[in-house]
Amino acid sequence: MASDDVWILGINMTKFGKHPDKDVIDLAAEATMAALADAGVTMREMGLLAFGSLMGRVAGQNLQKQIGQTGIPVYNVSNACATGATALRVCHMAIRAGDADFGLAVGVEKLSGAGLLAGGSRGADSKTWTPSGRLGAVASIDGRIGTETMPGVFAQIGLEYGHKYGGTTFELFAKISEKNHAHSTLNPLAAYSKRFTLEQIMNDIMIAYPNTRPMCSANCDGAAAAVLVSDAKLKTLSLEQQRRAVKISASVLTTDPWEDACQVLPNVNTLTRQAATQAYEKAGVGPADLDLVELHDCFATAELVHYDNLMLCEEGGAVDFFNSGATWRDGKTPVNVSGGLESKGHPIAATGIANVWEVAHHLRGEAGDRQIEGAKVGLAHVIGLGNACGVHILEKAAA
Amino acid sequence: MPQSIPFVDYLVLGDTPHLVANECTACGARFFDRRNACAACFATEFRKVDVATEGEVRAFTIVSMAAPGIPVPFVSATVDCAGTSVRANLINVDPTPEAVHVGMKVRLAVAPVGTDEAGTEAINFGFEPQR
Repeated sequence: MASDDVWILGINMTKFGKHPDKDVIDLAAEATMAALADAGVTMREMGLLAFGSLMGRVAGQNLQKQIGQTGIPVYNVSNACATGATALRVCHMAIRAGDADFGLAVGVEKLSGAGLLAGGSRGADSKTWTPSGRLGAVASIDGRIGTETMPGVFAQIGLEYGHKYGGTTFELFAKISEKNHAHSTLNPLAAYSKRFTLEQIMNDIMIAYPNTRPMCSANCDGAAAAVLVSDAKLKTLSLEQQRRAVKISASVLTTDPWEDACQVLPNVNTLTRQAATQAYEKAGVGPADLDLVELHDCFATAELVHYDNLMLCEEGGAVDFFNSGATWRDGKTPVNVSGGLESKGHPIAATGIANVWEVAHHLRGEAGDRQIEGAKVGLAHVIGLGNACGVHILEKAAA
Repeated sequence: MPQSIPFVDYLVLGDTPHLVANECTACGARFFDRRNACAACFATEFRKVDVATEGEVRAFTIVSMAAPGIPVPFVSATVDCAGTSVRANLINVDPTPEAVHVGMKVRLAVAPVGTDEAGTEAINFGFEPQR
């Protein structure tokens, strides 16, 4: 008897880093064709394509024209840093709704050398002060009424946690970055796989205190793609395909509910906590069951608050939780064993599929040198400012 | 005598400069931008309310890298003004982690941004340490 479960049948990510000789579609095609090969199917079987490329100025149709035009619907999705997770969610919904047996989710970006992605430019002031926009501002507010840059916004989010619960120091945040860079040395697909000492991290270029350069996510090129399949269809496929399939026990997308101050400093906490709560309930697992977590460490200051938001620790206990060593790869709840966004890299729309690839890789027992032994359950989290949060809980096939 | 203009609509200049918020008459949620409806309760009636000029730094960062033309370093902060959060720069304070900390008591202050071709001076707000 088939259930309404949805499975990952095939998944792939390209090497993240600099790809000067490939355009956005080359990268998307590479990941997509590899995901189809991993799944043992072709474009012919796909019932839909959900495609995201935030900065790429391309649509899923451009990808189809290179690798297979079969007339299926394309959903071009855009949800900030949660774009990849949104593409997965769209395929998940279509399969659950019975609209398709197979869905293809793709995210791709070329960002090498992109610099600051928000607040990265400021127009010249006009010759006469004229109020405009919803704030009636007479000129650009970035740098005049706080900051619009992501390193600065997330720095405040980390220090706000410290204001509420205490214990956050520059050194603590740098130690989180030290962990992720150490993890990345085992990941051949990471954009950067160099280990840094704590001193190197703290003495590097300051971007927005307390985030120095290695504590910020790395702009890079990359793509990731996944083939999803219904439970009924999976049961008709080969035993090998069934054995390697990874169950999506929960696929959740949230936005931030209104809370005082959420339109002043983005609140990444409420929506992550709600997404995690829904995901644990749907999957029937709890934080203690997780063998590994890939969470959205766009900045070292962000990783800390998400320990709490994903309920990996007691409320207010993220500092003690990290200091206990729990989130290192040999700890109780390994977090970002891929190296995270700080070293693996963050090609925005690819990230929400690439972190699912990382978890799936471990559940299949195919993660090589960085394999978390015996991994059975994992969680992948992304957040896009604006805000959108995606949480996927994945489980190893029973067979 | 040069004219002056507030940098944003929600800054009121004069003898006692202060900020004004749009407060939802139904639920009390406060906003600084032009509204279509309340994001908390969906009501459409708002009243102008004065925001306290003294507050506490709830979060901050010292921005060292920004777009060309933005002087760095500067301190960006979220200030809790008696329950209403405000985004602003901290001014009249050294932009160093030694001089700025969460929980710090601050008060609203104004400073000129520049004068346009018509001779109008734009005045912005920030928060400075209470002394």
